[in-house]
Amino acid sequence: MERGDSERIEITISSRFENIELVQVIAEHLCENAGVDEDGSHWIGMAVREAVANAIKHGNKLDVKKKVHAQFDLHGLELVIRICDEGEGFDPSKVSDPLNPQNLMKTSGRGIFYMRTFMDEVHYTFEPGGGTSLVMTKNLAKGTGIASSNG
Amino acid sequence: MKATSRTVDGVEIISLQGKITIGAGDSQLREVISNAVNNGKNKILLDMSQVTTIDSSGIGELVGSYTTVTNRGGKLKLLHLPAKLNELLHVTQLITVFEVHENEQEAVSSF
Repeated sequence: MERGDSERIEITISSRFENIELVQVIAEHLCENAGVDEDGSHWIGMAVREAVANAIKHGNKLDVKKKVHAQFDLHGLELVIRICDEGEGFDPSKVSDPLNPQNLMKTSGRGIFYMRTFMDEVHYTFEPGGGTSLVMTKNLAKGTGIASSNG
Repeated sequence: MKATSRTVDGVEIISLQGKITIGAGDSQLREVISNAVNNGKNKILLDMSQVTTIDSSGIGELVGSYTTVTNRGGKLKLLHLPAKLNELLHVTQLITVFEVHENEQEAVSSF
């Protein structure tokens, strides 16, 4: 794929942890095809992994009848990833800061932090009929290593 | 995830192999550490060189393992961190929590 092209890939999975890697691999391949190096593709894939894991665990609460929808849009060098679940939604602002010394030894709460570290922007929206949509963007021209600002 | 153990100079060296991710390795790691502690092992060195993938759940289990061993009066240290795991520990500042070694003999001697 040449840079400057547009590409859309969509996949819907049931809420099983073993399906996470399917979505992650698509993200990594899409990035590699767009010219992103292996490390950069890995970090974007990891952000996707964390997003899908949250959708399965916290969104759909492991209900295999509920789906997770992933959509990847590549417009030139801008990658937009949307991960939607069919759950009741949650308030990401209630997730504590994992860098706060009081939270350093907690065993959970780092998924959103990693997403914000690896991507340029991370936004949640809550659908009127239920479900949470997570939109992450990454400008592939800006470099794809670990971001210096954690947003 | 696979785990193999051996003892060197009283230090339990546990080599982890494969994925430590949500639903595939995170709970196994908890079980491995729990078994070691329950068997009286209180000097534990986790060899991470064969870990291929880790996510936030796996990182969380590493933290939980550290706490489990420490609360029993033991020590848990890390050996041969893959570069990406090293970066994940750095960005979350957990690198300040774990004692990390690159040389097995030095790691064993440090307990």
